[in-house]
Amino acid sequence: MERRIKGMNRRQFLQTSGLTAAGTAFAAPLLTAADRAWAIELSGALDQHTADTLLKMVRRLYPHSTLSDIYYGYVVEDLDRAAKSDEQVAKLLKDGVKKLDRALQIDFLDLSDGYQLKVLEGMSDSAFFEKVRSTTIVSLYNQELVWRHFGYEGASYPYGGYINRGFDDLAWLPEPPAEASPPKQS
Amino acid sequence: MAKIGYKDDSAVVIIGSGAGGGTLANELCQKGIKVVVLEAGKRHTIDDFTNDEWAAFGQLSWLDKRTTSGNWRVAKDFPNLPAWICKTVGGTTVHWAGASLRLQAHELQARSTYGEIDGANLLDWPLTLEELEPYYAKAEDKMGVTRTNGIPGLPGNNNFKVMYAGATRLGYKEVHTGRMAINSRPRDGRNACMQLGFCFQGCKSGAKWSTLYTEIPKAEATGQLDLRPQSHVLRIEHDDSGKASGVVYVDKDGNQQRQAARVVAVAGNSIETPRLLLNSASSAFPDGLANSSGQVGRNYMRHMTGSVYGVFDKPVNAYRGTTMAGIVQDEAHNDPARGFVGGYEMETLFLGTPFMAAFLDPGAWGAEFAGDMDAYDHMAGMWLVGEDMPREGNRITLHDSETDQYGMPIPNVHFDDHPNDIAMRSHAYRQGSAVYEAAGATKTIETPPYPSTHNLGTCRQSAKPADGVCNKFGQSHDVANLFISDGSQFTTGGAENPTLTIVSLAIRQADYIAEEMGRKAI
Ligand SMILES: Cc1cc2nc3c(=O)[nH]c(=O)nc-3n(C[C@H](O)[C@H](O)[C@H](O)COP(=O)(O)OP(=O)(O)OC[C@H]3O[C@@H](n4cnc5c(N)ncnc54)[C@H](O)[C@@H]3O)c2cc1C
Ligand code: SF4
Repeated sequence: MERRIKGMNRRQFLQTSGLTAAGTAFAAPLLTAADRAWAIELSGALDQHTADTLLKMVRRLYPHSTLSDIYYGYVVEDLDRAAKSDEQVAKLLKDGVKKLDRALQIDFLDLSDGYQLKVLEGMSDSAFFEKVRSTTIVSLYNQELVWRHFGYEGASYPYGGYINRGFDDLAWLPEPPAEASPPKQS
Repeated sequence: MAKIGYKDDSAVVIIGSGAGGGTLANELCQKGIKVVVLEAGKRHTIDDFTNDEWAAFGQLSWLDKRTTSGNWRVAKDFPNLPAWICKTVGGTTVHWAGASLRLQAHELQARSTYGEIDGANLLDWPLTLEELEPYYAKAEDKMGVTRTNGIPGLPGNNNFKVMYAGATRLGYKEVHTGRMAINSRPRDGRNACMQLGFCFQGCKSGAKWSTLYTEIPKAEATGQLDLRPQSHVLRIEHDDSGKASGVVYVDKDGNQQRQAARVVAVAGNSIETPRLLLNSASSAFPDGLANSSGQVGRNYMRHMTGSVYGVFDKPVNAYRGTTMAGIVQDEAHNDPARGFVGGYEMETLFLGTPFMAAFLDPGAWGAEFAGDMDAYDHMAGMWLVGEDMPREGNRITLHDSETDQYGMPIPNVHFDDHPNDIAMRSHAYRQGSAVYEAAGATKTIETPPYPSTHNLGTCRQSAKPADGVCNKFGQSHDVANLFISDGSQFTTGGAENPTLTIVSLAIRQADYIAEEMGRKAI
């Protein structure tokens, strides 16, 4: 989880340092929230349009209406990192986005939700699609704050496990008898 | 710890330190026999384990490339990860869930009980339940299996409560928190289960039996064991008389070594064990060591598996607590009237959010999948595990062009579901869904098999040398001092999780090896 913490630190850094605007002006592409509540600086391996399109695509793949864009932004950060370390991946992603834009002769970002879905369905057998999908399935669901959204509590050892913290707190079904489920030994 | 010289040919050399290899090592050491264990993985401690699914996966799994073929869905979903097993001291007992069940009598006589089945290569074990029973008793005591030896069952977690309610409403009778090699109270110097919910990531409380912190340190304490982690065996060599004489491996510094041996025991799990024998072909054994039958690598079994998840309108929080302490055994018998031979178990199972996303419906995307994930903490889950048919064509072969980091051909795993497997899985999906519907599920999800966790049968036991690779002690038919010591020996798979049987066979094999060494037969 080190990377996540780094990501957040950088976000806080951008927020507090007022560097956000400068970042957009030169250097690397940046994913930002509309209200500038967060920003993720990318390496430059992917251009701004590719990054923005991937952000939208990733959300379409695994749409959770209550998850803010930042968590999808971290997926794009992972794709960007992969693109930076491997030119072939960079090319795959950039060309893939071009195909998304060309599918209906209108930029993917300008399409309605339904058309975006249709374009993705049409490309779901491509290597580009699979690269983005398989990255997303790991990267999106491996974030601690995303876990909280799903009600998953993550590591339990630091808190002594669940033995005294609700491993058996379900109360809307009858309790199994002791021969099926003996009481915990204390 | 013993230090045994490379040229010293008086020791038993064991390849692999998991359920089979780790147990065999300790049993031999306790009898005063010198043992070298060569283990490809690193040695970790309980402190290294992490409550983080992907990080633990990267830390403990066997990630060397493998390829797949055949009509099983794993080949499509995980083409380079046919099996989910470990490369670490302790082998897959670091990852395992702890379910410890005995085979049933009829399962050891599968060919006689089920008759001839088209497309299956069924055979009776050369062994009866009666012969195995004393060793099952020893294994249960060694591993501290709950509901044996006066050890109480584990307390049921939320996931079990849902299973219990649904199953008993459906009329199932044998429903409880299982026979688990997990301490429900402190035993054998190890803690009680803290209900961490990370059994698959290495048990940080040490409650779950693993050779890593039971058999191996006990063997070391005898002064007879020379354990060499990060030692990847490339091939087994033999002398002019056709006896195994030593093994060649790459050590932790990347240097090739040759360790001489009096006896060689292979326990690399059912993909690596046949791979090693096939890779040890010589002019005397052109089709691979101990392969006069042609059965090395064949009859690969992985159990009929699948999972069912139920979605409820109230929270379950099934990720809390022991991963697999819950079982329904009412479908484990053989009743061909259900449309298939053999039986299956239903066992509670739940994953953290990261693995749930990866395994719930591999490859799926879109609003429906996301909606299922949104119900994560309102879900209960079970794993279905049943007997699959051994088939000659389901096999491990050496890849004809790709090699691994040591230049050794990588294995290909070919598997085609037998119609019996599909009929059983279909029945199990239906019954599993019915269990959750009886408990009030608003939706049920059929999840396809994960990469194989149970890998069996690729060097099977047989009464006749022509039908299999080893005899009822795991001794290879062709090479008297070469033993198969892991799940590869299984003639058939039964419905039960295999590890208790692997451990029982290893204890029994140790007695036999000691006897045979004693009378200088090997
Ligand atoms: C997630 C999960 C849950 C499971 N739950 C259960 C359960 O509840 N109940 C149950 O009965 N079973 C369970 N299993 C299965 C169980 O772990 C295996 O059946 C058992 O560990 C197999 O024992 P083994 O000795 O054959 O191989 P392993 O335990 O896999 O050990 C093989 C060892 O050999 C080493 N090795 C391989 N090749 C070489 C080589 N060439 N050179 C040197 N070393 C080598 C490997 O690194 C490994 O450490 C589970 C498995 C998994 C993955
Ligand atoms: S639930 Fe129990 S057995 Fe599983 S990891 Fe935790 S302490 Fe170990």
